[in-house]
Amino acid sequence: MSSSGLPYASPSSTTPATAPTSHGPGAAATQTPADTPGGPAAAPVPTTDGRAAALHAPGVLPAVAGGPLGDEDLVQLLTPAGERVSHPVYDAYVAHLTDDDLRAMYRDMVLTRRFDTEATALQRQGELALYAQGLGQEAAQIGSGHALKPQDHVFPSYREHGVAHVRGVDLADVLRLFRGVDHGGWDPVGNGFHLYTLVIGSHALHATGYAMGVQRDGLVGTGDDERDTAVVAYFGDGATSQGDVSESLVFAAVNQAPVVLFCQNNQWAISEPTTRQAVAPIAARAPGFGIPAVRVDGNDVLASYAVTAQALERARSGGGPTFVEAFTYRMGAHTTSDDPSRYRTSEQEEHWRRRDPIDRLRTHLEARGALGEEFLADLQAEADAFGERLRTVVRGMGHPSSASMFEHVYATPHAGVEADRAWFQQYESSFLDTREGSHR
Amino acid sequence: MTTTIFDAASASVGAARPAPAPASSNGAAPARAASSDVPPAPTGTQRLTFAKAITLGLRRALADDPTVLLMGEDIGRLGGVFRVTDGLQAEFGEDRVVDTPLAESGIVGTAIGLAMRGYRPVVEIQFDGFVFPAYDQITTQLAKMHYRSKGALRLPVVIRIPYGGGIGAVEHHSESPEVLFAHTAGLRVVTPSSPAEAYTLIQQAIASPDPVLFFEPKGRYWDKGDVDLDAPAPAPHGDAPTGMDTARVVRPGTDLTLVAYGPTVATALKAAETAAAEGTSIEVVDLRTLSPLDTATVAESVRRTRRCVVVHEAPVTYGTGGEVAARITEECFFHLEAPVLRVGGFYTPYPVAKIEHDYLPGLDRVLDAVDRALAF
Repeated sequence: MSSSGLPYASPSSTTPATAPTSHGPGAAATQTPADTPGGPAAAPVPTTDGRAAALHAPGVLPAVAGGPLGDEDLVQLLTPAGERVSHPVYDAYVAHLTDDDLRAMYRDMVLTRRFDTEATALQRQGELALYAQGLGQEAAQIGSGHALKPQDHVFPSYREHGVAHVRGVDLADVLRLFRGVDHGGWDPVGNGFHLYTLVIGSHALHATGYAMGVQRDGLVGTGDDERDTAVVAYFGDGATSQGDVSESLVFAAVNQAPVVLFCQNNQWAISEPTTRQAVAPIAARAPGFGIPAVRVDGNDVLASYAVTAQALERARSGGGPTFVEAFTYRMGAHTTSDDPSRYRTSEQEEHWRRRDPIDRLRTHLEARGALGEEFLADLQAEADAFGERLRTVVRGMGHPSSASMFEHVYATPHAGVEADRAWFQQYESSFLDTREGSHR
Repeated sequence: MTTTIFDAASASVGAARPAPAPASSNGAAPARAASSDVPPAPTGTQRLTFAKAITLGLRRALADDPTVLLMGEDIGRLGGVFRVTDGLQAEFGEDRVVDTPLAESGIVGTAIGLAMRGYRPVVEIQFDGFVFPAYDQITTQLAKMHYRSKGALRLPVVIRIPYGGGIGAVEHHSESPEVLFAHTAGLRVVTPSSPAEAYTLIQQAIASPDPVLFFEPKGRYWDKGDVDLDAPAPAPHGDAPTGMDTARVVRPGTDLTLVAYGPTVATALKAAETAAAEGTSIEVVDLRTLSPLDTATVAESVRRTRRCVVVHEAPVTYGTGGEVAARITEECFFHLEAPVLRVGGFYTPYPVAKIEHDYLPGLDRVLDAVDRALAF
């Protein structure tokens, strides 16, 4: 990865439009698979049909260089080796962070990963119906989550366990959804962390509308750090193909809504690589909507913190929306029902394992002498206790009552629901064994 | 833009950029408009068109509750393509009567977010056939948020949809998709049949803590009727029944119950009048609400009349008529002298305007069904 960490530069100034083969779908054709940033399996199929050349017909704008998996222009503050590199813009956003702050991020990343491990095991033991791992995305989530203020509001997709943890959601509650005892599981209001949204991209519009409400509440640009409020929508690279995400960019832009659209490009939408969603960097779309965008090394917790802090500050101060693309990698499967060996190579997985976001921060802290043995031992003990508590809580979640399916369909009584509820109760009570659900 | 294409790093922080269409206050709470500028609300009983009755119902809701917002395409300066929001932006400002981008999913999706933040958005979908881009947001998000959050999140969003045919429109401008929404638990679906009903029902819909699909029979927008503008409005933000959950007998009769809603209520009343001249007494029930469906009122009527015909513009197949017929059969089987008959649209796409009157259930087809029911 680039160690210069320069802000994203205009492709027209960095890449002369005289080399058609370096643009568009055929861009990676000039690279050997091993050089392809996304790894061997992520290399776009070379095209020979002249489409790349056609991009340079009169009146046609050049494609953005690099493609959706390019990593040459990512904002980076920590190299994969854990070396701190300076950045002309984003250093300022991390200057105030102390070793304690970094250790807090490290702790959150470790606990989030432990959660992943425990939840995956619980699914394998039959305690969860399904689980969606966040493995590999800890830096993007913990870094961005730490930049939030209490009054901010988050609209997650369904893999943002790290952000949930930072927002104070008890991660055991997240497993209520995956165990099948709840469609939600936590208080979506008090934590400033909305429920997971499973219909891809839908919540980007909710976040934008919520931000429009924040504007109307007069909580933007007052200069009061404790009141000015921003909203963040987290979604993935696959979601950017959804119309709702594009519509959210339109609504955010024309309303100058205080929203940060945070895309974790983890390179995979179940089995489809980002190259099936885009041929240019995903973040390149936002400027077309009038929204500034930034690509960040999503495995760099410091850089993820910095770009999010900047975007949030812009939103809170009345500067409008920002699009953040955190380039990362889904190290695990899509969910526990998925089998990545069918569509990607172990070489690619290994490539990214060597860029593990937790290792990166750990190496950095160790080099600074900021990761003492006592801290690590305490963290290990905390993680072990956390794991044990998760196992106990999940197994003790109990069974929702059958009649609970009739609860909360409406805020006020509805004759259709009431009729079905009454029928069900009568039906259930018609059995000699009156335990609920006994007839099944 | 002279800066780089990805200019996040250089975009100024803290200085609000000029917004193309700024929420005029980047902030300021929706001041109940400068109340001195707002002319007093009209009072008394006035003869109004259907469209104007909705306008005044919306106006009253906007005036009574500062969290009410109107959102939609062309609803501001233009006043909507049917002028239902005529004058409201001038009166209540661009933050409360919002011209949105041309994106129905975006309109409903952002309305959901606004509702989560405590607002009561009233969305206008320009025509029935254009609701489908928002169908996902309505059915997967709007309908289920209260359920999913175990009551923690209420979404008091009203979606107004002009529906139905008879105005000689082009494709996608005359459809009746109401049952698609009535089939989805979590939504309430209502439709007024007269100016007076429209004035009251729109206020009840806005007061409801649940999402409401509000279907406006566009073919009746120009019909006139007396509207009591002082009719009591439901208290906003309350959990009290809004009064929109019930059907209503709009013409008593003894020989047959004609069930209709929205645009076909007027047709049913005309049919009852015509039949009366021939000595047949028809009772007309206006459903008013499709979700919930007020079976009790219909069943009470059918137990007396022993015959039932259901009329709607939507296709008969899998339609409201089938639902009513099933429920009446279950509840009034031993009272029935004839099967419940259905009159409505055919199982075709909505046809071209030149032949739409052969598609729509007009007076003759309704009377034909009445005759068939009476012949049993």
